[in-house]
Amino acid sequence: MNQTNKNTEQPYAIEMINLNKWYGDFHVLKDINLKVKHGERIVICGPSGSGKSTVIRCINHLEEHQQGQIMVNGKEITGDIKQLEQLRTDVGMCFQHFNLFPHLSILDNLTLAPIWVRKIPKAEAEATAMKYLKRVKIPDQANKYPGQLSGGQQQRVAIARSLCMNPKIMLFDEPTSALDPEMISEVLDVMIELANEGGMTMVCVTHEMGFAKQVADRVIFMDAGQIIEENTPTEFFDNPQSERTQLFLSQIIAH
Amino acid sequence: MYVTDHILPALPAPSDSKGVLHWLKTNLFSSPINIVLTLLGLLLVYKILPPIIDWVFINATWTADNSAECKGEEKGACWAFISNRFGQVMYGFYPPEQFWRPNLAGILLILLTIPLFFEKTPKKVILGGFVLVVFPFIAFVLIHGGYFGLSTIETDKWGGLMLTLIISFVGILCALPLGIILALGRRSNMPIVKSICVIFIEFWRGVPLITVLFMSSVMLPLFFSGGTDFDKLARAMIGIILFQSAYVAEVVRGGLQAIPKGQYEAAVAMGLSYWKSMFLIILPQALKLVIPGLVNTFIALFKDTTLVLTIGLFDLLAIVENVLGSDSAWLGFHTEGLVFAAFVFWMFCFAMSRYSMSLERKLHTGHTH
Amino acid sequence: MNDSKNELTPSKPPFWNNPKYRALVFQVVLISIVAYFLFSVIQNTLGNMEARGISTGFAFLSETSGFDILQKLIPYSSESTYGDTFVVGLLNTLLISALGIVFATILGFIVGIARLSNNWLIAKIALVYIEIFRNIPLLIQMLFWYLVVLRAMPSARDSFSLFDSFFLNVRGLYLPAPVLGDGFLYTSIALIIALVAVFVLKRWAKHRQEKTGKAFPTVWVSLGLLILFPLFVFLMSGAPLSWEIPELKGFNFQGGITLIPELFALLLAISIYTATFIAEIVRSGIEAVNHGQTEAALSVGLNRSQTLRLVVIPQAMRVIIPPMTSQYLNLAKNSSLATAIGYPDIVSVFMGTTLNQTGQAVEIIAMTMAVYLVLSLTISLFMNWYNAKMSLVER
Repeated sequence: MNQTNKNTEQPYAIEMINLNKWYGDFHVLKDINLKVKHGERIVICGPSGSGKSTVIRCINHLEEHQQGQIMVNGKEITGDIKQLEQLRTDVGMCFQHFNLFPHLSILDNLTLAPIWVRKIPKAEAEATAMKYLKRVKIPDQANKYPGQLSGGQQQRVAIARSLCMNPKIMLFDEPTSALDPEMISEVLDVMIELANEGGMTMVCVTHEMGFAKQVADRVIFMDAGQIIEENTPTEFFDNPQSERTQLFLSQIIAH
Repeated sequence: MYVTDHILPALPAPSDSKGVLHWLKTNLFSSPINIVLTLLGLLLVYKILPPIIDWVFINATWTADNSAECKGEEKGACWAFISNRFGQVMYGFYPPEQFWRPNLAGILLILLTIPLFFEKTPKKVILGGFVLVVFPFIAFVLIHGGYFGLSTIETDKWGGLMLTLIISFVGILCALPLGIILALGRRSNMPIVKSICVIFIEFWRGVPLITVLFMSSVMLPLFFSGGTDFDKLARAMIGIILFQSAYVAEVVRGGLQAIPKGQYEAAVAMGLSYWKSMFLIILPQALKLVIPGLVNTFIALFKDTTLVLTIGLFDLLAIVENVLGSDSAWLGFHTEGLVFAAFVFWMFCFAMSRYSMSLERKLHTGHTH
Repeated sequence: MNDSKNELTPSKPPFWNNPKYRALVFQVVLISIVAYFLFSVIQNTLGNMEARGISTGFAFLSETSGFDILQKLIPYSSESTYGDTFVVGLLNTLLISALGIVFATILGFIVGIARLSNNWLIAKIALVYIEIFRNIPLLIQMLFWYLVVLRAMPSARDSFSLFDSFFLNVRGLYLPAPVLGDGFLYTSIALIIALVAVFVLKRWAKHRQEKTGKAFPTVWVSLGLLILFPLFVFLMSGAPLSWEIPELKGFNFQGGITLIPELFALLLAISIYTATFIAEIVRSGIEAVNHGQTEAALSVGLNRSQTLRLVVIPQAMRVIIPPMTSQYLNLAKNSSLATAIGYPDIVSVFMGTTLNQTGQAVEIIAMTMAVYLVLSLTISLFMNWYNAKMSLVER
């Protein structure tokens, strides 16, 4: 209850101020400033190695930053263990390679965190899980194992797994780039549906321009570890300003 | 909307995220538990390392004519014990004036093998084949003699590191073809062939080498008519080869399984017979994959050769332990003998295991393009 | 329709070119060769044994052995039979294997986890340990512990002692032996009750968690139950347990439990050696779990220890257990090196002494090998069962 009150007081769901990060001596993120409002849907794109995945991995502290600040729901991320647990239940994440737990059935994948973190009774957790499996349109796969599902189905399970924790923010790290072409749309459909329901803050690293045009409030283009351009989808795709953006867009279209 | 075309310069990482202090902080003192562990580790190193260095190097006696010079307070290792008997340690009871013969064989082997380790050597297959097939006969003629005016030196005179190397090389050399045939047999569609190979392989893998050596030294003479009492070394070799071939077979089988089914189908589609497709297409690929595994099997065999001391052969360990150790002029230097033998074995095994690791790394990168 | 009813069958090649017949002929020839080989070996062996006057059959097992054995788990003396010798040797082999497996596993897990430590020094110490002990033949290590370290122990008079009840000297390690009093039965019963209670408690706790979501501190409560309840009963029944402490009488210690130096050296060598292999198995098992699994577990909100317990370890164990069992098998086979330092295992007392005395090589070697074969078969059956049960379901 408290949490929601705080949210309304805080204008931004995610706020990054002068974020800098190094891998050893390599400067991956340079002075990143980014503010995401509650319920806003952001698409981040850019060439590989531009630091776009690193940015969203910093948001739920899978990566540590060395300079600058990140605020999630108005609270600064410090790496404090107790705070991290709370942070990660508020922020859901989908990975490029799904990262489902191969030793657990689909249902167990979904109920693991609710049972052990939220301490919800098993029957209740399973009911919630089934609800979300229906939403991603694969309730009949509940008792199978991840290895038995196609890539598209696995990614939809991964989305459902995150949703089971009722996150306020969802991060997507190239959710469709490991998928065979015919499976991309089934995952995007689920994501679009999620976006259209509203209320959920979404930050999505992807090259799917159709998705960006359809749902994104803003598109952010990154290169060489910094934000190069930021605009509404229509402006961004029809009228790119920076040379680097133009080059990048021409390359994806040619592709 | 926001646009910039200005690319910020890459800055050096902040000083607290690199440098010696940062390294120490993250790698040794990152948490209270780590601090305690680091201190315990330092204590352990401090307790163990200095006494060993003192004993091995600083207080050691390197040359001495008799054991008295080695004894006394504050004296460390007596390496003179080994150096005075170096001939025996290397060659056993081989006559010293004939040492040039095994030496020559050894130098020849090294000269022949060195080119195999370079990528660019032409005709590697022929050279390799020569080392595997022809060289053993040359080495045998040289070391055993009896031909070309070389005096015959019976195998009971062989010993020391030379014997250790002979047993392990001959062991792997003969086990290799046998193992390959067994591996092919185990993957055969013919039920009888398959079961004979499975039983053979699982039998040898199921029993300890020491029982195999006992069996070959005690029972082998009984197996042949007339109770032929043939060479002790040859008996041990037969046991070791059969034992080793089972392990080689399992490694090779792993390689055969790793070859995609498409390769088999392609070979058949080209009209090759079973044996041709195996020897021309499948085995060359499979054997390349299993070289690291074969090196590891060889390391295990090399360590296991020490067991021949239980049936009365004088390999390196048996010489330092049973022969030098019971020499009345140099009593009480068990430690030096064992440490020396341990060091020699360690050097060979460590070098080989590094080699197999680097091969494995090369294979992995080769396969992921 | 009816006209085309006579079915078309592919015509067959002539039988000499038919692969099926070729395979059949080949196999018949092969099995004849193997059978002939076995037959001639058996013939020759019987003939040779007769010529040398060696008796055959297993009658020798009931003859008196005439020698005593240093360490025996069942009553045995020089009056006992060769059959008893076999059993004593077998039990000694099983004893050293069991002890070796326990210690090698503990040490191996510690070193394997140390290898992955984020503490540089600890990881390097573990690496050096592995590289040194893995690359030195076990036999050398065994001789080193036996001839160098344990021989350097003081004589019985100057034993190292701990609390005046544990003694270590050149003759072995002496430990106090528990002597159970009359009322100890109650404590045993209490222990059994505690075990049952823990079992019931675990099921109840799991059930409750499924129902209400509340986790129950099962581990702590079970530990308390297992320790406190039997302890309470033990004290109430008048603490009916005393210790027989080894005492120096003349030149040696009497009473208590004695670990002979041969066992001690063998155990040290075999645990230290096998632990290096187990450590590498543990390390690669944990490393085999994709880092993405940890990230995914953390990002759904599990904490570090839950991530390890629920996601990483269950997956790592699937990778670890099969090679681990084959290491256990190796350890059991390696325990046969005991012969070299005189630990009375089956190879030493049966294949060694008994074979020398009776000369019945075929029977004795066959029996000894059979022991190891049964051991291997049992373990590989277990492994097949485990692999079938645990293999991840794939598409």
